[in-house]
Amino acid sequence: MSIDQESLRAEWAEDRPPHAGPWSQFGAAVVAGVVGLCGVIGSLTLGLGRLTQPGPGLWPFVVCVVVTVLSIALALVGRHGTDTEKFSRSSVLTAVAVLTLVVFAAVLPLIGFELPSLLLTFVWLRFLGKESWVSSVAISVGTVAAFYVLFVLILQIPLPRLI
Amino acid sequence: MGGFIDGFGVVLQPGNLLYCLIGVVIGMLIGVLPGLGPAATIAILLPITYGVEPVSAIIMLAGIFYGAQYGGTITSVLLRLPGEASSVVTVFDGFALAKQGRAGTALGIAAIGSFIGGTVSIIGLTLLAPVVASVALDFGPPEYAALSLFGVLLVATVGNGSRLKAVIAAGLGLLLATVGRDTFTGASRFTFDSLNLADGIDFVPIAMGLFGLGEILYNLEERHHKVQTPAAVANIWPSRADLRQARGAIGRGSVIGFVLGVLPGGGATLSSLVAYAVEKRRAKEPERFGRGAVEGVAAPETANNAAATSSFIPLLTLGIPANATMALMFGALLIQGIAPGPQLVSEHPDLFWGVINSMYLGNILLLIMSIPLVGVFVKILKVRPAVLAPITVLITLLGVYTVANQVFDIFLVIVFGVLGYLMKKFGFEPGPLVLAFVLGSVMEIAVRQSLLIFGGNPAGFFTRPISGTVLVALIIVLVLPAVRLLVRRRKEKELV
Repeated sequence: MSIDQESLRAEWAEDRPPHAGPWSQFGAAVVAGVVGLCGVIGSLTLGLGRLTQPGPGLWPFVVCVVVTVLSIALALVGRHGTDTEKFSRSSVLTAVAVLTLVVFAAVLPLIGFELPSLLLTFVWLRFLGKESWVSSVAISVGTVAAFYVLFVLILQIPLPRLI
Repeated sequence: MGGFIDGFGVVLQPGNLLYCLIGVVIGMLIGVLPGLGPAATIAILLPITYGVEPVSAIIMLAGIFYGAQYGGTITSVLLRLPGEASSVVTVFDGFALAKQGRAGTALGIAAIGSFIGGTVSIIGLTLLAPVVASVALDFGPPEYAALSLFGVLLVATVGNGSRLKAVIAAGLGLLLATVGRDTFTGASRFTFDSLNLADGIDFVPIAMGLFGLGEILYNLEERHHKVQTPAAVANIWPSRADLRQARGAIGRGSVIGFVLGVLPGGGATLSSLVAYAVEKRRAKEPERFGRGAVEGVAAPETANNAAATSSFIPLLTLGIPANATMALMFGALLIQGIAPGPQLVSEHPDLFWGVINSMYLGNILLLIMSIPLVGVFVKILKVRPAVLAPITVLITLLGVYTVANQVFDIFLVIVFGVLGYLMKKFGFEPGPLVLAFVLGSVMEIAVRQSLLIFGGNPAGFFTRPISGTVLVALIIVLVLPAVRLLVRRRKEKELV
């Protein structure tokens, strides 16, 4: 029984979402280029100084010029790359996940870490991970309890907390 | 030599032994679990190292790194899912052996090869590191400027994926490193009048966000492979005939791994590929490869362990991390107030020798764990990623908060987590960014000091023997592939 290396590679490649096409490559290059350009302008306002006496902007200026030039090159030659991934319906999961993280960070200083942690783990388990209700409740309660014991009781780290 | 022996005294302290054990067990675990790699794990655990002695912390993190190389093999052989990038080639022959009912042989050979490769590499490290460090003591700013540029660009160009994108990512890392107060003039740079950014961006939220959270967010998108039932493991000890067959591969794999691990951008993944290719080319019947050749498992597994170990050399002797994981080690050392570099061996001999010697012990622990305990680790494969993700996220968010008790840091992790996710979606590797960020301030200071030395003439870099050689080597490495490509294209045209 032999394993064909090509078919194995193909199988792994199948697990990746389809690539997102030339426009995504172009978009990535534009974003990187804009960051580089903003950096160039920012460095210029900081002041370049002279080579004998470099100002605070000289080094970031050089770096940003390189970034900008390479981004332009990417926009020109990188269109046929296949290393970008299409956003799919499951990308919505990631967006929801990020939202829960932001909410967590926002309410943590107000109501302590226990309830936000409980909510975060529960949402991730039940809605993002499609676990059953029972195991979602059990695992999230267990996790937060374990964290309470570890961070608060054993390590005595000053986390903002309710209890 | 005294330092070397004292190093064993350091390792054998019960606390350090425990951290070594914790490190290699965590390493094995995350090596087995597809998804989180060693870089992500080390990033997530960085806050824990604040409360731990420097020697113990680095011993533990190192254990995670080389432990993961052992663990990655198990899933490659049993499920044909490489737990780590460095175990990808192991799948070809490892899984073929498993299908023939010889999974035990494959795992046994891999464990023995890993042990030998790791140990050979530690001996090399023990002998070579102090020599390199003593040479590097004479290095001035121009040498450091050239070496760090060499490190950043090689890591960017050797990685998989688009080189252009990798260098852009590295550039963004260098730019991020300039945020905060300029050490020379005191001017605030790119802080947008935020007090939180006045002292620059901390390494921990960047690493935890890009490597840790970014990877978790990326994995959320249901790209988990179908869970397969692992092949049964019986008779883990390879036969004498197997060992005889693998002997050469293990020997060559050790050397290849050691050498490639030292080079910037080399490391475990590249060396496993090269070692496999060498064995296949040397074999009398190359068609056996892919159908369960014992050498096809022994060579890459030996090489990836040897490389994982030897990649510590540039970090511990020059203060230049050779790959993204070493960049994290660099950060971990800085957190402890220790600047890695040539002075390390003389100023912190306990740390230098303690960490190196812990690897001898760690490899023995791993050999013990991977042969009789393999069944236990196979069971861990049943843990669902959906359960693991929220727990790791919580560790990440609470962990980064504990570093400075600042909610701002949690937001930073989220920002960099999203950036890491988007970078992966758009084909940018986060590794070069983190590495460049770590080396950024070292590099800027070295370049500006060099300009002062050279009276503002950048050509001065080429007048000093070491910096000049490094830069010329860099130019050759960068230009050669492009020239080759041009020549090949021209030939193809002539043929048409």
